[in-house]
Formats: sequence, structure tokens, C-alpha cells
Amino acid sequence: MLTSKMRNTEINQKNLNNKIDWRSAILPLIIILMSMLFYSVNNNFLSIYNFQNITRQVSVLAIIAVGQSLVIICGGIDLSQGSVMALSSLIAADFMVKYGMWQGILTGLIVGAFIGLISGTIYAKGKVPAFVVTLGGMTAIRGLTFLYTNGTPVVGLPASFKFLGFGKILGVPFPGAIAIMIFIFAFLFSRWTRTGRYFYAIGGNEETAILSGINISKYKIISFVISGIMAAISGLILTARITSGQPTIGEGMALQAIAASVIGGISLKGGRGGIVGTFFGVLILAIIGNGLNLMRVSSFTQMVVNGSIVIVAVFFDVYYKKD
Amino acid sequence: MTNDKNFILEVKNVRKEFPGVLALDDVNFDLKAGEIHALLGENGAGKSTLIKIISGVYKAEAGEIIIDGQKKIFNNPHEALNNGISTIYQEFNLVPHMNVSENVYLGKEDVISERFGILDRRKMKNETKELLNSINLSLNPNEIVKGLGIAKQQLLSIAKAIFRKAKVIIMDEPSAVLTAKEFEYLLKLIRGLKSEGIAIIYISHRIEEIFQIADRVTVLRNGKLIGTNKINDIDIDQLIKMMVGRRLEEKYHKATVKIGSDLFEVENINRKNILKNISFTLREGEILGITGLVGAGKTELARAIFGADKIDSGIIKIKNEVVEIDNPSNAINNKISFIPEDRKNGGLVLEMSVKHNITLANLNQLVKMSVINLKKEKEIAREFKGKLSIKTPNLERKTLYLSGGNQQKVVIAKWIFADARIFIFDEATRGIDIGAKVEVYDLIMDLVKQGAGVIFISSEFEEILGICDRILVMSKGRVTKEFNVKETDKEKILKAAII
Repeated sequence: MLTSKMRNTEINQKNLNNKIDWRSAILPLIIILMSMLFYSVNNNFLSIYNFQNITRQVSVLAIIAVGQSLVIICGGIDLSQGSVMALSSLIAADFMVKYGMWQGILTGLIVGAFIGLISGTIYAKGKVPAFVVTLGGMTAIRGLTFLYTNGTPVVGLPASFKFLGFGKILGVPFPGAIAIMIFIFAFLFSRWTRTGRYFYAIGGNEETAILSGINISKYKIISFVISGIMAAISGLILTARITSGQPTIGEGMALQAIAASVIGGISLKGGRGGIVGTFFGVLILAIIGNGLNLMRVSSFTQMVVNGSIVIVAVFFDVYYKKD
Repeated sequence: MTNDKNFILEVKNVRKEFPGVLALDDVNFDLKAGEIHALLGENGAGKSTLIKIISGVYKAEAGEIIIDGQKKIFNNPHEALNNGISTIYQEFNLVPHMNVSENVYLGKEDVISERFGILDRRKMKNETKELLNSINLSLNPNEIVKGLGIAKQQLLSIAKAIFRKAKVIIMDEPSAVLTAKEFEYLLKLIRGLKSEGIAIIYISHRIEEIFQIADRVTVLRNGKLIGTNKINDIDIDQLIKMMVGRRLEEKYHKATVKIGSDLFEVENINRKNILKNISFTLREGEILGITGLVGAGKTELARAIFGADKIDSGIIKIKNEVVEIDNPSNAINNKISFIPEDRKNGGLVLEMSVKHNITLANLNQLVKMSVINLKKEKEIAREFKGKLSIKTPNLERKTLYLSGGNQQKVVIAKWIFADARIFIFDEATRGIDIGAKVEVYDLIMDLVKQGAGVIFISSEFEEILGICDRILVMSKGRVTKEFNVKETDKEKILKAAII
């Protein structure tokens, strides 16, 4: 009896393993196919110049998506990232002009972390659902952003700051380099560290995490602080690219980040999915955006495309969980 | 096709495959009108698959389903429902936030909404009252389902099935959440249904129950039909042998273990309206049973002494030293562990691998400068897999895919790894097949042989009597009696449980 049962489960495992590999193999495959498609329409697609373009455009989304993914893995969600991006980088720009570049950058990061601390605490200790906290936060923080400079942009940023947006390291645009570093760090964080493991546990089953002695409030708050810092970093990069502090940046970024995460296999229920998937999710969205731009497709059409992709991605995710 | 012998349901030569697994292999099953037919088998035997095919959740690769002499193909559960097949699952099909009558009418609102789809609430309420009266179930149609106890929710599910004119009602482990008294009520209800010609497929691990209620019993093992017998033609030993394929020795393997000094003591634990002045002492090497009916406060007590719930007053001592236990982390540091009733929601993170679950309560042991030693983790998990005989193809498998018994072993492994000396088991063997139950009992015996203390919470009196040294009986939040296992029996326990 033992042997046949074991054999059954072994075979089951092999097939299920295949199912899992299937899914993580399909994403790179999609990227390759899309690339080929776009290349055939416009040869410029595969040029180094275009790659550098893609990299610059994608870095902002990539960094925010990392923060979003970690929050979702830990069982939450952060709709306020776009607004945090705006507020933190606006304050950073202002401080940069007044006190110097590094002072400004540091301030921006602190603002991002601080907002994360507040939302995280309201969510974790106040037991307000993350969706609600960050939805309200999204609007309130945007309001604060407009109030901060009465809606006017901050100009006159130090020249050295431009490097963040336009510089290159070994041919790789600086934003891309930062994004890659953040991805690597996030990947290692989620797999190798205790905090990362606890994120998965809390998102996977909160009750079990509690009964295993994990301080769930602490780690939920940490996930939000990380999300805030990621929003701040990407805000800084975007600000460097447009060389001014704009209170309007980041609209819709949180949703894009969520879309990228879901496409990459992160489950909105939490506790499931990985940073590698998010990397591919971001890449897919970026390539589609870039390819459609090269094809001169209107941005309204692109919105339809983006929205549809999210729906399709979740559909496949649910479909494969069925049997 | 003529319907001889009055079969209401026939399942012939059914075969169901999943990727790489043959869940049902040429299985036959039949059901007469007004029959109570028990379905027995270990976890993984195929019972769940069989009833899912009958109720339209799955489609078989081969075989036929015949209802009242007519061959049927169900493409979805709705079609099965329309053919009179209702299933009462362990997780009921009720919407917690809606009231009783809304739940009864769920999906059938068209029956009471004649004008523009507006619900005739008064009619709904009255007809629900009638329905409930017909089965002697006293419920307020306006009461919100969430507030009903589990037992009432289950009976409501059955009422729903009757409302849908079920000809066949499938019950999956109905007694798992019922007290003895509530179970008697369920038996009465089932016999009532039987006299109306409704047939019942009854799945349960409790063989004693099957003898109380069933007319025939079918045993599955590894997806195959082992045999169908009239209940009078067979006895427990034969059934067990059919289920496990080998004769089981005495289940509990109770050995004499040297009882040591005081290990864990609680004094006057109080929690307003929930726990009243609970005191007891657990010694090294001892298995202390805590039993009582559903709602007696057993789980609440466990959670309180584990720090999962707040208490109003009370002292906890470990080896005669007072300790502060106000959250699970404290408890764990004091070497207390809690294996909860619901292992899927409190014992395990289903989406996580076996190895990650095993180390979850003591991850600090493997962490240096915030980094987890993954290699050591795998070694430790492998050790536990061997020591506890956890059946899994590999350690990376999500615990979601393990059978109930093996899931429970992972939970136990987790707490052994956390260096626990005091183990609190809450309904340790619920939803686990006999073979695995014995393994769990053996594991518990191993723990106490090494000097640990075990608090064993169970509402199954036979189990409590089989494995414990002393027994505390709880009722309405307080301890009513303490027995030494040798000086008590099921009757005495029950008497103490209903005071």
C-alpha cells in the first residue's frame, strides 16, 4: 500500500513540477515572441539605443514593482505608491535646491520611509485593511504634494543630480543599474533572509504566522516602509530624468506595479509568487509599452492593452490553480 | 434500462485520472432509496473523488452514472443538484453574513420573487419556518448564519438540501464538528430523511458511528473498491482490515512512562465569560487529557495558556517558576507549543514547502546576521522527514499537497524543532485516517518518553481514554472533574461534561 501511494504522489509531483516550470518558462517565451513581433514591425526595436530607452523607462516601474510585490507577498497592497513617489521626490527636490543634492536625496528617502511607517502602522495595528488605508493615503498624500509647493514645480536642481537620470555605468543607464541591483537584493532578501521568509508566512497564513511566534505587525510595517522607500527611489530617478520636481508624477504607477506583479505570478492573496516573476512582469509591460510606441500606437489604445493584459494574466493564474 | 431493486443511484466502472494519479480505478457503487450507505477509506482512498463525480464537480474518464434508471452526464454541480443530488461538505455552502431564510433560498430566489424580481420576504420567512419545523429544527429565519454554532449551520445545510428536493444527500464527515448530543439529533434527522425515501451517502472516519447508522458500507482503498457489505454482515476488525489492508494492532500503544516532576502549572486562569478559575498541573512524561463537549472552552484554554488570547488573571508556572506568557512568542521561548485544531489555518502555511514549515517556529536557530542557512535547513527537514516518516516526494513540496496525516506530522515536526517541552494538541487526529492516527499516537508517546509533557485536547472520549494518564473534563469554561484514567469511563466523562 505504501509503495503504490508513494508512486502515485511521486508521479503527481513530477507533473506538477512540470506545471510550475511551464509557468515560469512561459514568461520569457512571451518576451521573446513579443520582441520578435515588434522587431518585424519596426527594426529599431532591437537597437542598443532602444534598449537603453526601455531600460530608462522600465527602471521606475521596476523599482516600484519590487516594493509592491513585497507588500503583496506579505498580505497587503499599496495603492499609494504613486503619491508617495510624488511627495517624497518633490520634498527631495526642494531640499536639494535649498541644501544640496545629497541632503535632498536623503530627505526624499526618509519621507518615503516615514509615509510607509504611518500607513503600515494604521494597517497593522489599526487593523484597517491595506486597500483602504492606501486608497485614502493615495488621495491625501497627493493633496499634501500639491499643497507643498502650491502646485508649482521645483526647478533649478543641482547639475550633478542629472547623473541619476542620464548617466551610464558600463553602458548601462544608471537607473537600470539601480533597478537591477534592487532586483538582486530583493530576490536574495525574499529567499535568504528571515524577514523575507516571514513575509511569505504572514501572507500565506496569518494565523499560522501568529501561532508560530512571528510578530506580524512588525513585519507588515516593515513591508510598507520598504514600499515607501522604493517609491521614493523611483521618484528620485524620475525627477532626475525630467530635471524638476513635479507634483503630478506617479499617477497610476501603483496599479502598473500591481499589474506587473500579478503578471509575474504574485498572488494577490499573499504568500505566493517571487521577485523573479515580477522582473518578467515588468519587462513584459515595458516591452509592450515601448513596442507600441515605436508603432505609434496612441496612448489610449495602450491603456486598453495594458488593462487587458492584467485580466488575461490573472485569468491564466486562476485557470492553472483549478485542477 | 430497468431499475430493479429500486436503486436511486448507480455508479458503474468509474475511472478518474489526474495527472499521473489514478484516483478511481473501475469503481462500482450503488444506492437504494431510503438507504444510508457509508463510505469508508483512508485519506487518499478516493472517497472524496467519488462523491465529487457523483455531485458533478468532476467528470470521470470512464464509467456511468445512473439516476433512477436513467443514464446521466453531469457537466457541473448545478446539473447534479437539479437531479436531486446534494452534498453537505465539511465547509458548508452557507453565506455567513446572510440570514437563515436567505441561505435556504440561495440560488432559488426566483421561487419567491414574482414581481419584478423583488423578493417576497414574508413568504420566504414563512416557508423557511415551515421547512425547519418539518425537521424539528428551531431556528429564527432572520438569524444571521455567522452567529449560529457550527452544529446548527450544518443542520441548516441539510435543511437546504431538503428544500432542493434532494433524493440523495451526501454527507462528508458530518459528525466531526458535533457534540455527542448534537450527533444524536443528527441521527434522528437522518433517520427521518430515510423514512421519506431520501438516500444518504455517509462519509466518516468514525467506524463506531457507521455501525450505529448505516445500512451498508463500502470500503475504498487506493482508488479501488475493496468491498460493499450489509452492516450486519461485517465487524469492525474486518472493516479496518479492508481499509488498511493489514490487521491493526491495538491502536494506542500505551506504554508506561516514568512520570517526573512538575513541568507546567496553571493557577486560576480567568477570562471573562469564557474561562473560570482553571487550575491544573502537568508533569514530565505525562499525557494530560482535556475533554468536554463543543463549546466547553477547551480550545480557549489552550489558546490562553499559549498566549494567543489575553486572560484577565491567572498564573502560569514552568518548573515552579512563574512566567509571563502574553503572546505566542513568549510561550515558544518557554518551550510551549500549540498544535491547533485547524492545521490549515494555524498549523501550517499551505503555500509553503514542507521544509519551510518545519523551521518556521524557530527560524532564529538557523539565522546568522539575518541570513538563513538554507543548507542546514534542508538537512534538518530531511532529518524530520525520516524520523517522523513524513510521506512527501521531496522537501520542497508545498504542504498543501500532503495528506492530512502527513500535514499533521509536519506541524509536530515544527514544534519538535522549536525545542518544545510542553505540547498542547488540540484535536490532533481530526480528519486523519486510521493509519496516520496511530502514527500520531506513537509520536506523542515518543515525546513523553523523552520527558516532555503533553496536553491532549479531544472530544473523542475513546481516544482520551486510550492515550491519557489523567483527564480533565471541562464544561462551560470550567473544569468540572479530574480523573485518573484508570478510574473512569465514557459515561463518567460524559456526565462530568454536561454539568
